Amino acid sequence: MSLTTPAPTTTAAAPAKPAPAPRARSANKRSGVPYAFLAPALVLFAAFLAAPIVYAGWLSLRKVKVSGLGLGAKSRTEIWAGLDNYTRSLTDPEFLPSVTRVGAYGLIVVPTMLGLALLMALLLDADRTRESIGKFARISIFLPYAVPAVVASLLWGFLYLPRVSPITDLFEAVGLTAPNMLSSSGTMWAVANIAIWGGTGFNMIVIYTALRSVPTSLYESARIDGASEMMIAWKIKIPIVMPSLVMTFVFSLIATLQVFAEPMTLRPLANTISTTWTPLMKVYRDAFTRNDIYSAAATSVIIALATFILSFGFLKVVGRRAFNQED
Amino acid sequence: MNKKFVPFAAALTAAALLSVTACSSSDDSDSGSSDEPVSLTYWSWTPNMDKVVDAWNAKNPNIQIVVNKQDGGDPAVTKLLTAIQAGSGAPDIMQAEYQKVPTLVSADAIADISAEVGDLKAKFPDGVWNGVTLGSDAVYGVPQDSAPLMFFYRSDVFEKNGLEAPKTWDDYAAAAEKIHKADPKQYIGTFSATDAGLFTGLAQQAGASWWGVNGDAWSVNINEPATQKVAAYWGGLVEKGVVDNKPMYTPDWNAALNDGTQVGWVSAVWAPGVLEGSAADTKGKWKVAAMPQWDAAAPATGNWGGSATSVTTQSKHPKQAAEFVSWLNTDPEALKLLANTANVYPASTDATALLTEPPAFLSEQADYYAIAAEAAKAAKPFTYGPNVNVAYSSFNDAFAKAAEAKKASAFTEALTTMQQTTVDDLKKAGFNVAG
Repeated sequence: MSLTTPAPTTTAAAPAKPAPAPRARSANKRSGVPYAFLAPALVLFAAFLAAPIVYAGWLSLRKVKVSGLGLGAKSRTEIWAGLDNYTRSLTDPEFLPSVTRVGAYGLIVVPTMLGLALLMALLLDADRTRESIGKFARISIFLPYAVPAVVASLLWGFLYLPRVSPITDLFEAVGLTAPNMLSSSGTMWAVANIAIWGGTGFNMIVIYTALRSVPTSLYESARIDGASEMMIAWKIKIPIVMPSLVMTFVFSLIATLQVFAEPMTLRPLANTISTTWTPLMKVYRDAFTRNDIYSAAATSVIIALATFILSFGFLKVVGRRAFNQED
Repeated sequence: MNKKFVPFAAALTAAALLSVTACSSSDDSDSGSSDEPVSLTYWSWTPNMDKVVDAWNAKNPNIQIVVNKQDGGDPAVTKLLTAIQAGSGAPDIMQAEYQKVPTLVSADAIADISAEVGDLKAKFPDGVWNGVTLGSDAVYGVPQDSAPLMFFYRSDVFEKNGLEAPKTWDDYAAAAEKIHKADPKQYIGTFSATDAGLFTGLAQQAGASWWGVNGDAWSVNINEPATQKVAAYWGGLVEKGVVDNKPMYTPDWNAALNDGTQVGWVSAVWAPGVLEGSAADTKGKWKVAAMPQWDAAAPATGNWGGSATSVTTQSKHPKQAAEFVSWLNTDPEALKLLANTANVYPASTDATALLTEPPAFLSEQADYYAIAAEAAKAAKPFTYGPNVNVAYSSFNDAFAKAAEAKKASAFTEALTTMQQTTVDDLKKAGFNVAG
């Protein structure tokens, strides 16, 4: 098929055109085919991804100007703001602490989650476990991923609140005081715990799937050479699943930068999570509590740029090493 | 599939997708005469409001109201403002808390219905009526309920400690200490940083009015002596550890009310409904009294909540909507339903005669509504500004920090933050700000 060869440099206008069915003959007709196939995807991409992004960019350069008391229908006008919203976003005293917080959160969540996922994948891939409890264990580890973050946060919220938590009762039964997870030192761990609980299963499945695609002959020859299971895991399995680890790392990095649902759901339960606890919560507060979508758009653009730079920067750094066996 | 047909089919799919999106965003815009049957949507979070509305629908086949249940005041306003910005999706009629009215007017979300509702001023207390006119000739809604603050307490625990309902805030502080000393697990109450509305009511009682209009400029007075007094008072109690610092409306707080670790609650006239839900096991043990006072000789109180019913600027049938809104909040039949079925405390002065039975949760307190009526009369005037949302979210953050720190000085510093944030926001948006 020749479908893989179009160079769609001028596709923007193509999808809107009605199909050139009647005039078609030979080469002319054939060149229309790929565009027609692409049309649905391009329309959806343009309408639900590109257009909102452009609109957010536009909004971030605007602001509302109120005149006088601001009462009545005609007292608000939208005006050009230039880079004002960006300057204010970056110099907001709450912005830097929220970025630092997300950094610390990422340092806890990403290594712990991926470490656990890798460990569990290796354990499940071992011959003995795979045959006995493999299926059950895989499903139970994966299951938390199927729980929506808001629901998970509500569940964990109940477990964190001393008066309704069975964990507190357990601690008391053995004569200990349960740690207060929603205190100023505990909050970070409380939020990170929910993310790790919810995310480990997904990453485990990705790594496990990569492990399963390794031909068993590799392990057999290693065993003949006298390698222990630990050696096989360390010297063969981990290097082979490196591309999967890189991929899960990038996914986790992006999820970390966008952490929102967990702290947002826990916020009303504690004094220790502010409305600007993470950058994305600041976006939410600006847009929906302060009714200032312009500042919110500017902060969103900043977050998006940071995500792009970090993800692609990371891929550039590790890319060659991680993927060299596939080149 | 026939090869010739393929591109055509694909393009058709794309076209169909486009036309579907196009259809869903266009609204039918028939203006309709008043005789034609209309269906109006009404956003409210009041329980059983649909039953009150049923009475109207039965008698007015041409103006049918559909109640759309909302989560609460804040999410409903967020949704409404988003719909206003989007240009469609707003209801015809909206429950609007008094503190949100200036915000909604300023965002051009609710309409002036003075021409449609006529003169209703005489039916409401002045303070309440001022909440929907903002001191102008416009009418941005009809007051539905008022929510004067009162003091709810566990009479059994107070009796056991030899205490009476506190008459002054000094009494309250003494009672707080006595109760907590007698049982270190028990608290007379909690200072909740998640409920700016209650703190506003407490400041209102002390004589604060955080916003004001001077000519064509707004003034902001949050960091002022009356509010500072209130903040320092609660900060002192939290610092001493005799008042808890946990937020309200959490599963933890519900459990504390139910298991008797929180034995008092400064709350509004609607509190019995909340207590019934969260502290069912303590039924019959609660009593209500007038608010503790700063000056026992001049009783005052504040409000926590209370709302008006407004018509949105997106409604295509403002006349019919206003007709319903006016019936709902002034007609004796509607007031009766509001009070008895929806359990609200109607703002209309005609309603006082209708409320004789105390709420079920405090069934032994025969004078419940007499105390509430006294409290409603004693509410001090308070003006809300166009960025209450900003001030309140600043309250949440600043006072959460203070409550966590358990330092009285942090409580008064939090007011500085609130004042600064609120003024900066007004100036940034371009409002005229005095001072």
